[in-house]
Amino acid sequence: MIDLLAILLAAVFINNFVLVKFLGLCPVMGVSKQIEPAIGLALATAFVLTLAAGLSHLVWTWLLLPLGLEWLRTLAFILVIAALVQVVEAVMRQRFPVLYQVLGIYLPLITTNCAVLGVALLNTQEDHDLAGALVFGFGAAVGFGLVLVLFAGLRERLEAGDVPGPFRGAPIGLITAGLMALAFMGFTGMGAR
Amino acid sequence: MATAVWVLGLLGVALGALLGWVAVRFRRAGAPLADAIDKVLPQTQCGQCGFPGCRPYAEAIARGDADINQCPPGGEAGIRALAELLGREPKPLSADHGVEKPKVLAVIDEAECIGCTKCIQACPVDAIVGAPKRMHTVLDAECTGCELCIAPCPVDCITMVPARAGLAGWRPSRPLPRLTALVDAARLP
Repeated sequence: MIDLLAILLAAVFINNFVLVKFLGLCPVMGVSKQIEPAIGLALATAFVLTLAAGLSHLVWTWLLLPLGLEWLRTLAFILVIAALVQVVEAVMRQRFPVLYQVLGIYLPLITTNCAVLGVALLNTQEDHDLAGALVFGFGAAVGFGLVLVLFAGLRERLEAGDVPGPFRGAPIGLITAGLMALAFMGFTGMGAR
Repeated sequence: MATAVWVLGLLGVALGALLGWVAVRFRRAGAPLADAIDKVLPQTQCGQCGFPGCRPYAEAIARGDADINQCPPGGEAGIRALAELLGREPKPLSADHGVEKPKVLAVIDEAECIGCTKCIQACPVDAIVGAPKRMHTVLDAECTGCELCIAPCPVDCITMVPARAGLAGWRPSRPLPRLTALVDAARLP
């Protein structure tokens, strides 16, 4: 239990996917202009990331490891994740139309998010068991969502600010992200006693 | 190596079968009325109706948010087809949204073109080809004559010419758009 909590906290803060590992930067830059879509994307990511982490862990333990096909993992994970997102989208569209309205357009976007593959690959690297893999996926998504929403809030304010011409748009966004990454480096000390 | 091929192949086949099953099992209801209306609209994607394209306008009509007389490229004939499809009275084209014009095509004066790509970005149907700092040109067969490329052009080298009448300008029309729309409408629950 303590282990799982440690995995969760580490994934959210210390090894934050966006600001420390620099994974999933494209959606953070792309969908962070307003808070509302940012929340939608964060929720969808949490959903997909947790499922993808679990499923790719199953494929890894039951298919790739026993057959000695470790080197095939990138390809196999991409295949599984892409299919998973399609299935989730189709099921959600029919069964949970309200949820689909909130998350719908973001679901296919997430397939191409490097954070998803990152979670699957890091899970194999760190030898998590199934519960660990799920928690790690969820934690990564929470960290991703946290940064995304915070960042969207900052950018909404930046819109009103008097930013010099050459810095408007993506450049000031990247500078802001850099400053946030610096702030998150403060969490690195949490791991060491 | 052979195992790898088998594993990936079977994984792919299994996932494909799963996706196929899901597609059939969880078929979405969709919006059949909006589909039928969309088929009647001229697909110029010009935005004169006040919506970003033909599909959003069709959805607005289906919801009851928009009237049927907001499409200048469709003209009188288009309004009549919509009225028939929806069982309403035809009405004259709304003057706020433009006037019906004969079909035109955009032509780029290639000697003037500076290759800025602005018209390419404006074109809703990707009928303009070209690359940065290279001459652009319009594909006649794709151009819908929506005039959206004229405003962005910094050197005013785009003109609208009447679409050629007769054999040279003939394009195969979509097969019986009105009839297919009616058949689709009859299938509505």
